[in-house]
Amino acid sequence: MERILSQMPEFFTWANLALLGNAALMTLSMTLLGCLVGFALALALVMLRTAPGRWAVPLRVLCILYVEVFRRIPFLVVIYLVLFFIQTVSSDTSLFTIAVISICIYAIAYTADIIRGGIESVPHTQIEAARAMNMSHLQTMWHTILPQAWPVILPPALAFSVSFIKDTALVSQIGVFELTFRGKELNNQGYSGVLVYGTIALCYFAMSFPLSLLGQYLEGRLATPRSQRRLRKIRRP
Amino acid sequence: MNYTFQFNVVWRNFDALLEGAWLTLQLGVFAFTMGALVGLLGAAIKTYGPWPLRWLVNLYVVFITNTPALIQIYFLYFGLPEFGIRWSNEACVLIGLTLNAGAYLTMILRAGFLSVRRTEMEAGETLGMSPVQKIRYIVVPHIAKSIYPALANFFIVILVMGTSVGAVIGVDELTGQAINLSTVNYRWLEYFTVIAVMYVVLTFIASLGLALVGRWAFRVKARIF
Amino acid sequence: MPHLAVNDVYAKYGALEVLHGIAFEVDRGEVVSLVGPSGSGKSTVLRTLVGLTPVSRGSVEVDGTSIDYRSGRALKAARDRMAIVFQQYNLFQNMNVLRNVTLAPTKVKGRNRREVEEEAMELLALVGMSDKAGAYPDELSGGQQQRVAIARALALKPDILLLDEVTSALDPELVNEVLDAIRRLAREGMTMLLVSHEMAFVREVSSKVVFMDKGRVVETGAPARIFDAPESDRARDFFGKVLRG
Repeated sequence: MERILSQMPEFFTWANLALLGNAALMTLSMTLLGCLVGFALALALVMLRTAPGRWAVPLRVLCILYVEVFRRIPFLVVIYLVLFFIQTVSSDTSLFTIAVISICIYAIAYTADIIRGGIESVPHTQIEAARAMNMSHLQTMWHTILPQAWPVILPPALAFSVSFIKDTALVSQIGVFELTFRGKELNNQGYSGVLVYGTIALCYFAMSFPLSLLGQYLEGRLATPRSQRRLRKIRRP
Repeated sequence: MNYTFQFNVVWRNFDALLEGAWLTLQLGVFAFTMGALVGLLGAAIKTYGPWPLRWLVNLYVVFITNTPALIQIYFLYFGLPEFGIRWSNEACVLIGLTLNAGAYLTMILRAGFLSVRRTEMEAGETLGMSPVQKIRYIVVPHIAKSIYPALANFFIVILVMGTSVGAVIGVDELTGQAINLSTVNYRWLEYFTVIAVMYVVLTFIASLGLALVGRWAFRVKARIF
Repeated sequence: MPHLAVNDVYAKYGALEVLHGIAFEVDRGEVVSLVGPSGSGKSTVLRTLVGLTPVSRGSVEVDGTSIDYRSGRALKAARDRMAIVFQQYNLFQNMNVLRNVTLAPTKVKGRNRREVEEEAMELLALVGMSDKAGAYPDELSGGQQQRVAIARALALKPDILLLDEVTSALDPELVNEVLDAIRRLAREGMTMLLVSHEMAFVREVSSKVVFMDKGRVVETGAPARIFDAPESDRARDFFGKVLRG
């Protein structure tokens, strides 16, 4: 206890705070980047998957397999797989990129399910009306289905991304300079574990808590009776 | 890509991986069960407890669910010895996961508590049921039915995302075993491909079992996929 | 040569066959009504014509050209010539009335938006909805939504308008405003194929009535003949119940 108190002044120096601030930014930016790219790819995947016609059947199977398989593999295992796979292919990929790709792979699996749920929440008759008017699959999705599906898609997608801020702590294992990694460094430098990890926990809390509140607020704002009914059915990570 | 996959190294050490998988399953089941007890207590306090206790439970839930499980475990493993509390790495993972799961399960179980409608309790009253009978015939089936899918889903989350965190502080569960073995002979890709498949198989069997139990015991249709 | 000819068409919903050899013809400028008990496959006929339910056998000809519903291009051409109005209106909930009407002409046919909007306003005037051009579907009554849906179908400039029980989902006091819009179209010489349970209206507006039961055409003829002197027992039975009930 005395050790913690006596270390406080030398721990909370500007240099250390700046270090942690940068690390927090690193955590946030890789989560944001990974989830955004993952969301875009998941959207493309679901668009292909919902396309009519027989050629889309293998895609449908592939999509279900992808979602089911990656939900069942630990994020840590995905990180190692991506790391070693990419290192055998090219040697000069940055660890940050590897972290973002890992997050992306995971985000696709979760958000694809969320997007599919959102699209299925729009009555099928809307698609029929558009089809009968000769609108293409993409036009139908873009102009009529997705605008109606966003209120169902966005809150859980945001909730997933926010909860993933915490899970990115695992990329410290491959040496990306994010929060947890910096925490381990400081701990190794001799600062008290309680002090260091307490502070790191607070940093995560400061990022995650306000964003999750924002998510809940958005959920309330966007909600229509239909979307609320649908939201209850979507599985959360 | 000039990489030749050599899986025979992996098969030679497959027993070690199976041991790891067994530990993963044990950790998952223990953490989930103890977390459920914590969650039951938390949900009961949140629903029926006095406000200072409710407030404490809220604090616990909000803090745990907004910080990484890894940091919570680091705190137990690297932080607590400063207070003279020294636990083995397995104990740290188990306690950390229990506390972590307890917070999420408090939320899930609380939703179940809220789903029991008062009118149904009153109906039980008018039928002359004793409190025990009401719990047996109204409360438990109702809660089970409304939250069983969420519980089953969360068990898989613990089994996958939860237990693998142990590898980081050197627990030899499935991921930990793969790390140990790969550092010896550098067959990282092979080991991790194999354990990825093992995780899929393990959780798929777990999902299947949970779905069957749910259908048989509570007449709920839990998703396998 | 008939404008639209349906020759011995069979259709299935999954494994269930709902049409067993439907045949009838529609001439240019004619209003033809499909009547019959519910479940007789009337709506399915309209859905197969625009390719929403696949044709399993038989052929559909427009102006003597047979439509191959398996070919994407032919399907597109068919939908170009026939527009459908649904029982449940199916307006796009995320757009206002004007955008609902202009969406397909601008996006599918790539026409100039301003020009299409002018036409759309004329069509909305025709169905008596020009004052609601900026409103969203959920702000409108069922009758108003259905009139917008009719304008939306007309904006595609179809040769044939298909109306699928367009008044069935409406409150009784709203039925007439929609029927009035259809009467006006009939006077203007629009070719229409409609499914309806409004027998008095069918009798007034159609030049031909097709009586269907259990996925088959039982008899076809002028409205007066079909209603007053049906030949088949099934038609007699049906009209006996409907007209007297």
